[in-house]
Amino acid sequence: MDLIVQGIVNAFQLLIHGDPEVIQITLLSLAVSLGATAISLILGITFGTVIGLTRFPGRRFLASLINTGMGAPPVVVGLIVSVFLWRNGPFGILHLMYTPYAIVIAQCIISLPIITGFTMASIQQIDPKLRLQILSLGASRFQYLWLLVRDTRLPLLAAVMAGFGSIISEVGAAMMVGGNIAGDTRVLTTATVLAVSKGEFPLAIALGIILMALVYLVNMVLTTVQQRSKPR
Amino acid sequence: MKKIFYLFINLLIFAGVLLAITGCSSNTETETSSTPTTPTPDNPEVILATTTSTQDSGLLDVLVPMFEEQTGYHVKTVAVGTGAALAMGEQGEADVLLVHAPTSELPLMENGDCISRKLVMHNDFVIVGPPSDPAGISGTSDAVAALKAIADSESIFISRGDDSGTNKMELSLWSKTSVDPSGQSWYQESGQGMGATLTITSEKQAYTLTDRATYLATQANLELEIFTQGDPLLLNIYHVMQVNPAKNDLINGAGGEAFVDFMIDPATQAVIKDFGVDKYGQPLFFPDADKTEADLGSV
Repeated sequence: MDLIVQGIVNAFQLLIHGDPEVIQITLLSLAVSLGATAISLILGITFGTVIGLTRFPGRRFLASLINTGMGAPPVVVGLIVSVFLWRNGPFGILHLMYTPYAIVIAQCIISLPIITGFTMASIQQIDPKLRLQILSLGASRFQYLWLLVRDTRLPLLAAVMAGFGSIISEVGAAMMVGGNIAGDTRVLTTATVLAVSKGEFPLAIALGIILMALVYLVNMVLTTVQQRSKPR
Repeated sequence: MKKIFYLFINLLIFAGVLLAITGCSSNTETETSSTPTTPTPDNPEVILATTTSTQDSGLLDVLVPMFEEQTGYHVKTVAVGTGAALAMGEQGEADVLLVHAPTSELPLMENGDCISRKLVMHNDFVIVGPPSDPAGISGTSDAVAALKAIADSESIFISRGDDSGTNKMELSLWSKTSVDPSGQSWYQESGQGMGATLTITSEKQAYTLTDRATYLATQANLELEIFTQGDPLLLNIYHVMQVNPAKNDLINGAGGEAFVDFMIDPATQAVIKDFGVDKYGQPLFFPDADKTEADLGSV
């Protein structure tokens, strides 16, 4: 019990005193995960819309792969990314291993199927008659797509929250491709693992509280945006 | 700080545009750039693969910044078990290794995977267990006899089980007993680093083999006591090894060499000698750069 109280006290102390290391770790976590979410958002909405609206051979197989990818274990993604980024790997020359960019890449791969899957499903649930109507009103191709994406903004924001939530809280890939290097690739989750293994439980609890507060904050902003629109 | 600041800004612009969130979080952080009085090497990045004990005990938190300030290199410390660190050396994924499994280290020198290997420091392994001491090993300084007593009483023993230096040492001790612990119900593998393994051992009120440094550094949270210590077999010797830069183009040869030189430098050795004395009342590591393994009386 003391430990929990001490952890909470510790969390506030770290925040109020603005412990530079903790602030740096927090900002890095936020930067990496927001960046990864943003990239997979662009790609995911594009892929999801294309797969949702078109018919081509192997489409169902592709969709099943994407849905499987929604549950891809971060450690496996981390391992695959490592194999590619190691010095002996095909992209070793880029020197990306043990950098924040490596974490961004891994997290993109984790969140991309989630955002693609959500987009695909929400585009498909739009009434086909509405689609016909938009086209018959003389909308250009771009206007047509824009209206569809706009119409799915509620599920898309849910997709962003699910994608962001899954990567800011993952530890396996960040540990493997980032290496938990102090001042470099140490993010909130890997810092928590290290604090636990050092036996610094109050610090670990404090980092956990900061992580959860951060996730809440981001989700609160997104939820506000999502729920702002009037019910139809 | 600066690098992260830029990364943050770059990514935030990206995210900001997309999410159409107005008023991105304020970022008034003014980074205190440490003026570069230190030299800047051609390839400033050095990857150090090391054991969890040097990180969990806090030694590297002291030594790495010292090295960076003196030489201008930037060290990426990857703390894994010694087995994994040696594998990274073999693959050329690291530039320099700080490890503690002498018998597993020698093949890397023989195969030309590493081009130098220097004795840095030692401390010792100890067998810790619950205060109730169900196996009755208190006062047994013979490590092999202590393990045998643990096996005979079927008290729970937590093994690292991760091919780390500590795990290798533990297995070599078991091989000297007549007991084969693998698969026994009282023999459990944590698969984690030393700090985490000690926590598990304490929670289960079991026995384990640990390096003294990690035990002292995490002792406050543990309900464990040292029972067996002082056996010459329990010597824990750390070497620093430079990975052969000829293995691939990406290995930082100069950086690896600089780190080896730094570790055996008298000034660094003095820091190692004093590390932890103020906090734990005794040193966690004993510097040995001027000695040979034979002087330490091992093997």
